[in-house]
Amino acid sequence: MNEIEKETVLDVRRLRTEFGLAERPLVAVDDVSFQVKAGEILGLVGESGSGKSITLRSILGIVRPRGRVHGEILWKGRDLVPLGEAALRRVRGREIAMIFQEPMSSLNPLLTVGLQISENLAAHTDLDAKARKARAIELMDMVGIPAARDRLSDYPHEFSGGMRQRVMIAIALASNPKLLLADEPTTALDVTIQDQILRLIQALSRDLGMAVILVTHDMGVVAGTCDRVAVMYGGRLCETGPTADVIGDARHPYSLGLLRSIPRNVAPRTPLYSIPGAPPSLDALPAGCAFTARCPVAGPECRDVRPRLDSTGPQRQVACHHREQALVHFSAQEAAQ
Amino acid sequence: MPSLSYLFARLLQIIPTFLLVMVFIFLLVRLLPGDPAIAMAEAKATDAQLEQIRHNLGLDQPLPIQFLVFVKNTLTGDLGRSIMLKAPVTEIILARLPTTIFLGLYSVLLAICLAGPLAFLAASRVNRPVDVAIRSVFQVGLSMPVFYIGLLLLTVLAAQLRWFPVGGYGKTFLDNLHHLMLPALSVALYTSAIILRNLRASLIEVLDADYVQFARAKGLSRRIVMTRHVLRNALVSTVTLLGLSIGNLMSGTLVTETVFAVPGVGRLMLEAIFARDYPLIQGLTLTFAVLVSVVFLMTDIVQSWLDPRLRQS
Repeated sequence: MNEIEKETVLDVRRLRTEFGLAERPLVAVDDVSFQVKAGEILGLVGESGSGKSITLRSILGIVRPRGRVHGEILWKGRDLVPLGEAALRRVRGREIAMIFQEPMSSLNPLLTVGLQISENLAAHTDLDAKARKARAIELMDMVGIPAARDRLSDYPHEFSGGMRQRVMIAIALASNPKLLLADEPTTALDVTIQDQILRLIQALSRDLGMAVILVTHDMGVVAGTCDRVAVMYGGRLCETGPTADVIGDARHPYSLGLLRSIPRNVAPRTPLYSIPGAPPSLDALPAGCAFTARCPVAGPECRDVRPRLDSTGPQRQVACHHREQALVHFSAQEAAQ
Repeated sequence: MPSLSYLFARLLQIIPTFLLVMVFIFLLVRLLPGDPAIAMAEAKATDAQLEQIRHNLGLDQPLPIQFLVFVKNTLTGDLGRSIMLKAPVTEIILARLPTTIFLGLYSVLLAICLAGPLAFLAASRVNRPVDVAIRSVFQVGLSMPVFYIGLLLLTVLAAQLRWFPVGGYGKTFLDNLHHLMLPALSVALYTSAIILRNLRASLIEVLDADYVQFARAKGLSRRIVMTRHVLRNALVSTVTLLGLSIGNLMSGTLVTETVFAVPGVGRLMLEAIFARDYPLIQGLTLTFAVLVSVVFLMTDIVQSWLDPRLRQS
């Protein structure tokens, strides 16, 4: 595949999403910039509360409680941030679709899945009722729901968790979106089903030429699925790059810590590494690097001076004052095990 | 739609309910102090005359026999003769029932029209001044007894401003609407306060639900998101509550109809109790039981129509 030829479909520039009072805002997403190319799968990784989901919701303008979104979200060159509800509705579901984390609670329990697929088609296409039904069956087939025709009149509670996630994907795909925002689509599923859903998303992205932003907290998911990865912490990006590079050669202490906390081929009964402490709350973010309090190599300047997201190689960016120390610290630990 | 088997199963449940209601009605009336024969007879009636009256009413029979007779007569639509009005109970009730049903529907409609939009308004502006104002006003409505609200409305809107008549029912449909406005409103204010609280809470919950966020992410119009996804889901619990409060409202008609001099079965019940008119009390109690059962049945049907998960019977 030739990466250079693909056009950039989504260009997020200096995205900032904040809540609360304007004088004392709670900044959930801060100065986040990234691009997504056509057909590409970008992994957005971080712990709970790192701003991944808010980033996705900011793109579609469905942040709740209503927050303030600043910066630019260029979708095929058009900025989505200043658009009103009516204009955004023509993008939502039609060009950019989204699937949610909880397949149990994200489908309306009172409506048949057939209706929940076809209402999407009704909103975005000119298909009549009969054509919508045919398309709904086609979509359910496509996402691997057996006996699709008979299941249109079933309600969500008649499906298993994995099947519901497939239904949600079918709904999202209804009007051929060019970008799928997947907010932890596998977190609520058990491991074998997780893998099936990820393979499905991968296959659909490849076959339909659809770009995907896959939000997850699981580096393992990223490794097996994504072309590129962006690591988020405390609402900011710490590291971006091609998946293989970031996983094989992480530079930010947070990415290094995340990767170290995946069980690997080590001697039995070796305690699994975990990053000490907990993510900072939104009202206690330091002026400098958000990771300072938990960082093993933080220096005095980290708390006050925000590290820039610098290029460190082709398509690689890292935001850290102490990249060399981090590498030394974590490789020394590795050796000690 | 709910399946026929569901409807049938739900209908069957009514039978034991009615049997129990009949036992209670029968026993309650016979356990009440006072003797209908004395109430019916002239003040200077002899013991023999009293005995004759008791015999005519079947009150000299053993209780089980009286009960079987009661059940048999009820099933054939014969609820006996009213002692007070000296006419068949069935006829009296059927003549008065439409007024009460009219009043009931009227106040429920008013309550829904009041509570629905205001609940939406409050839920979309949670804890903002509008929400707080709406809730405080209706809290007052909730904490005042219906008859007191009724008297207030009577004093201000009927006696002083003369916008509405102080009582009666009227002849034409529009006349009925005009006459029953105040009694319906006083009941509606109370009922709407209950509905408003519940609907507001469930709207707030549903507005935050994942499936509503998902519906928005699908690019559906605001109208479809609000009606198909938000309102319908929020209504599930509110419908239950509405059914229950209509059930409550039935006993409320005793007071309302008396305060507003509405010639319905509620006021009739009060009069029958004071006159110890056993056959009429029995008939009216049974009527109320039927009304409440029908309301609950309709509640269940509406609910199972709203929520497919309730249809598995």
